[in-house]
Amino acid sequence: MAESLVVFDNVEKRFGDTIAVDRMNLDIRKGEFLVIMGSSGCGKTTTLRMLAGLDAPTQGEIRLDGRRINDLATWRRDTPMVWQSLALFPFLDVLQNVEFGLKMRGMDRARRRGKAMEWLDRMGIAEFARRDISQLSGGQRQRVALARSLVTEPEILLLDEPLSSLDAHLKVRMQAILSNLQKELGITFVYVTHSQSEAFAMGDRIVIMSRGRIEQIGAPVEIYRTPHNHFVAEFLGSSNIFQGRMAPMDGGLLPIETGQGRFYVNASGAGGKQEGASTTFVVGNDRMVLSEEQPADARNVLEGRVIGEEFVGATVTIHIETDDGQEIRAQKSHDEIAHLNTDVSTRIFVSWLPESAYVLPGE
Amino acid sequence: MNRNWLIDWSLRAYVILALAFVFAPIAASFVFSFNADRFPSLPLGGFSLRWYEAIAEDPLVWEGLRNSVVVGICASLLSTALGFAAAYTDFRYRFFGKPLYLALALLPPTIPVVIMGLAMLAFLSRVSLSGEIHSVIISHVVMCSPFAMAIIRMRLSQMDPSLEAAAWNLGAGEWRAMFHVIVPFARPAIFAALFITMAVSFDEFAVAWFVSGLNETLPVRILGFLQGQVSPRINAIGTIVFLTTMTLVILAQVLLMSRSGGVDETPRRQEP
Repeated sequence: MAESLVVFDNVEKRFGDTIAVDRMNLDIRKGEFLVIMGSSGCGKTTTLRMLAGLDAPTQGEIRLDGRRINDLATWRRDTPMVWQSLALFPFLDVLQNVEFGLKMRGMDRARRRGKAMEWLDRMGIAEFARRDISQLSGGQRQRVALARSLVTEPEILLLDEPLSSLDAHLKVRMQAILSNLQKELGITFVYVTHSQSEAFAMGDRIVIMSRGRIEQIGAPVEIYRTPHNHFVAEFLGSSNIFQGRMAPMDGGLLPIETGQGRFYVNASGAGGKQEGASTTFVVGNDRMVLSEEQPADARNVLEGRVIGEEFVGATVTIHIETDDGQEIRAQKSHDEIAHLNTDVSTRIFVSWLPESAYVLPGE
Repeated sequence: MNRNWLIDWSLRAYVILALAFVFAPIAASFVFSFNADRFPSLPLGGFSLRWYEAIAEDPLVWEGLRNSVVVGICASLLSTALGFAAAYTDFRYRFFGKPLYLALALLPPTIPVVIMGLAMLAFLSRVSLSGEIHSVIISHVVMCSPFAMAIIRMRLSQMDPSLEAAAWNLGAGEWRAMFHVIVPFARPAIFAALFITMAVSFDEFAVAWFVSGLNETLPVRILGFLQGQVSPRINAIGTIVFLTTMTLVILAQVLLMSRSGGVDETPRRQEP
């Protein structure tokens, strides 16, 4: 395992009576692209601000390179941040913005100009060095903000939803730029976002937060396929969630008794749970199989009516409502459903293999 | 658009009349200051600069002007500094009793000037500071600071609060962030505040009358003239004071209206 750069050791942050971050333990490794994801108010931005020194933890310890930094003023750390609003200085031109950090650190004019130009060149915006910020496009401003933060050659870069104001097309391009930049520089990026697509596109590891707590940490695939608990599964929205009780083993498979019927999962998923224990399992939207006829040999089948479909580029998500009101989502490619009638209110069968189901360990 | 021309023109006439009513006395004073006749009456006598020559030869006018300029410059510098500090406090901090703090900081202009003048006189003489030129400066700082604060506060309210934090984050301590980010951002408003407070101080009569003692400012001197004799010299002085004040106010307006402020930190240099 790679070396830790930042350690959050039982860190808590309270604002008055509200707990923004609740006893957080987190290792941020050297050179990784870590994404902290959660909905607004989950504590992700507070976590970033504590790392930048803009907020001080109420309790616990934050260590950077093994050194406690709880009370280190933000201007004494080298933890530059790319702000959601970008926070470029409107009264300075592009070059002056980029050299600001070096100027504050007392580097002489000629050297800091040279360094700033180097970074502008690297970001492909050297020709705009003498422009005012107001004359730049959204994408160019992003690059200025990145250059301004990276010009001091920090070990870590903090990014607070920097892409949220861009249109979808530009967002995808900037994601690629950020991802490549991080690999080239080999420094740690800590990226806060509420957007799953950004998190999955760029993160080496993803931290999912809710109400000040970490719900799960893991690689994107890990989080996507094996969510730790109900919250994560629901937050991602990429799986169908079923709740029930464990029944006795049946021929190498584990039956789970739910409100919608009896479903089978692989026995290895039991995780030491006792018979009768309450259990939640998920099945990925893309693992659902649709058919017009009742599948003969499938062990897990549900019947319902199509209530809608949603195009997302190459795939279609079909929403199905079972007779007792549960909504099931099935994500399919256009080819896979070409032969099916998916008009609204058509009756349809949904089935899945036992090995497609994953029992949530955290429930 | 299908509008009634009668209503249209009546509204225009109304606006013109209202403005004429407001500016007529000033315009009259302006016109009569160039009138050769001793008494302001129509038809006008010949064009003449004799009243301007008369005031230019009067040492008392020069002394009043000098006092006004000294008071104006000192009061505008001090009240802009105070106003900036008050506006920044409002921008940066949240604290208990903030609405009260703001109300108190903005209160002085709502106090009737006669009461303010009396109070300043009573207070300053109690602490042995009355009757000097600095008495007028102190009083004018009290009266002008709220204007400076209001102007600078308006500008700071347009500032992205993360701008200052971004400066800290880039290695600027709090004082350096203040001088490299807050002050440059607020610069147009700071200059506007300097001009407006100078104009307010230059025009102010009542409080200066109470506290100035022998160091009369120009408006106080004008009243002195009026009590002695009605002379077209008053018109000449009035015109000068009016033009000075208007220039300051217009400068302030121009600064406040230019969108980004248009002031750059360093002059542009051509570099490769």
